[in-house]
Amino acid sequence: MKSDSLIEIDRVTFGYDARRKILSDLSLRFGRGKVTSILGGSGCGKTTLLRLIGGSNIPDSGEVRFDGEKVDGRDREKMFRMRRRMGMLFQFGALFTDLTVFENVAFPLREHTELSEAMIRDIVLMKLNAVGLRGAAKLRISEVTGGMARRIALARAMALDPELIMYDEPFAGLDPISMGVAANLIRTLNDVTGATSLVISHDVPECMAISDYVVLLAPGGRIVAQGVPADLMNSSDAEVRQFVKGEPDGPVKFHYPAPTLAEDFDLKGVAP
Amino acid sequence: MSKKGIETLVGLFVLLGLAGFVFLSLKAANLASFGARESYVVTARFDNIGGLKARSPVRSAGVNVGRVTSISLDPKTFQGLVVMELDKGVLFPKDSSAKILTSGLLGDQYIGIEPGADEKNLAAGDTIKQTQSAVVLENLIGQFLFNKAAEGSNNSAGGAAPAASASGTKK
Amino acid sequence: MTNPVTQVGARTLDVLRSFGHAAYFFADLIKAIPASLRRFGLVITQIHAIGNLSLLIILASGMAVGFVLALQMYYALVTYGATESLGLIVNLSLVRELGPVVTALLFAGRAGTSLTAEIGLMKAGEQIAAMEMMAVDTKSRVLAPRFIGGMVSMPLLAGLFSAVGILGAYVVAVLLLSVDSGNFWSIMQSRVDVWRDVGNGIVKSFVFGVICTAVALYQGYETEATPEGVAYATTRTVVISSLSVLAMDFVLTALMFSTA
Repeated sequence: MKSDSLIEIDRVTFGYDARRKILSDLSLRFGRGKVTSILGGSGCGKTTLLRLIGGSNIPDSGEVRFDGEKVDGRDREKMFRMRRRMGMLFQFGALFTDLTVFENVAFPLREHTELSEAMIRDIVLMKLNAVGLRGAAKLRISEVTGGMARRIALARAMALDPELIMYDEPFAGLDPISMGVAANLIRTLNDVTGATSLVISHDVPECMAISDYVVLLAPGGRIVAQGVPADLMNSSDAEVRQFVKGEPDGPVKFHYPAPTLAEDFDLKGVAP
Repeated sequence: MSKKGIETLVGLFVLLGLAGFVFLSLKAANLASFGARESYVVTARFDNIGGLKARSPVRSAGVNVGRVTSISLDPKTFQGLVVMELDKGVLFPKDSSAKILTSGLLGDQYIGIEPGADEKNLAAGDTIKQTQSAVVLENLIGQFLFNKAAEGSNNSAGGAAPAASASGTKK
Repeated sequence: MTNPVTQVGARTLDVLRSFGHAAYFFADLIKAIPASLRRFGLVITQIHAIGNLSLLIILASGMAVGFVLALQMYYALVTYGATESLGLIVNLSLVRELGPVVTALLFAGRAGTSLTAEIGLMKAGEQIAAMEMMAVDTKSRVLAPRFIGGMVSMPLLAGLFSAVGILGAYVVAVLLLSVDSGNFWSIMQSRVDVWRDVGNGIVKSFVFGVICTAVALYQGYETEATPEGVAYATTRTVVISSLSVLAMDFVLTALMFSTA
């Protein structure tokens, strides 16, 4: 019996070193077949969450479950099976610079399947076609632009038709056209393949446009708000509004904590 | 670079490296003198083997005819027991002698075999009976001094003897 | 206020921990060798990148060292009238010591730094993480083929260094210094032993190959993902490889060439 959450984060606490906890007692669920966005400023643990789901890091306490099974980074066999069902899009593509575009997308197929060259060629070209880059198959990685690199990485992540696709900042640094293309691809691929998509971003308009569900995190992994996009856009919570509207000062302060003006500039008789 | 191209280059590299080893072994070392030449084993006992080592050559008339394989102390006779391999094609009479010689003034030591006159030849496992040990420098010096002293006493019977001062040793 | 004793203790523990970490890494590397041997194409590509591309500098250095050795030894031997032994001395110097050691130092500088930088940049560009996420074992796909490439290339390069050095010495000795050509080779042939001299030289160069490649891969794998981190890692590759090679050389020489 399948629950309708593909991923369950169950009271997870994690820090890269003992002193600073990135996530504290976080619990979340991600629905099957939906596009869920995780929004938040830098340092609130969004990328860390992806790494925990992918098993690259192990929670200090709590459990992460993928399709009901615990994600255990130490169990190589289990991770091998699980990761074959996941696809991840890294922030700048993380393409293999020594291979061509074609070879990059073919990589998972060559490593994990025994398909013939003819079949691999067909699949690779189909995936590249889905992202609009079938004509770029022969190019070297040094010859593609940033936007193209993301799309190639997406084609590579899709090569084995995964059930879960994770996107780490897919819109960062893209021009408006590329951003629109990327957003469109994420939504379309999700619907067409029935996969579950997890988008980590701080790009509010694009995420709101394509997501079924949105979670807003603050530093420390604290959930500020979660719900369908309309809920967050119309929220009256000050924190949510500051993020969603992009206001420079609010609950998240503009000034980094500092001594008063009088102290720093050695002013006398001036109000701080 | 195409895959085939790379494979060819790697193959060339490996071949070149192996050729280097072959050169070093054949041209620059003594592998050529090993060969698959068959050999038979012969032993000899020496009072003093001097600086003879395992793998030292065995020569006759200056020509390489074999190699020393091992040296040990014979516990019964307290002599140095030398085991050597001689080329199968080279046969020596049973009464041949083995001497430990030095090549050059300060060179390595080797075993020199001088053929005897016996009709029968040494067979595998035989022992060379006549041996001459290595020259030990201290004995040589002692002998030299002894000779000088003997000379001096001979000459002093005949009068003024510059030899007396030449010896310079205590009587 | 941490007192000095605690600090020393903490630093010692850190050093021990990093040794242990490196040992684990090395063990994983060895374990990944069988899997990568099955993907022989990867190994071939690496032998090319590590071995073939080092050929030029190794051959050039070998020849240069051979030239200089011949000259220097000649000046030393001519006082004793022993110039006929020039070939022998050059050969032994090269095959026993200079071949393996100098090749290893050059190897660490050329191939070692290139490996460290490559792996470091792959790590920085998240290529390693991407591969792991695609359920591909990076140790057998990326690291082990390079390790095997280094292990295979080093002895071959060292052998070539010595061979070219001897040939270079021949040119200088016979053509320039009028040493007798026949004696040059024959005295060498009679006194250089294949197993003891050439063989031990090969063993040394194999050990050095293992050391240099493993250190280079480790430094690249553990580097911080920044430009300074990669630069620092390449420096450490050269320093640690070189010092380890020189130390191992002493140990191996003592073991191998103690008068038997």
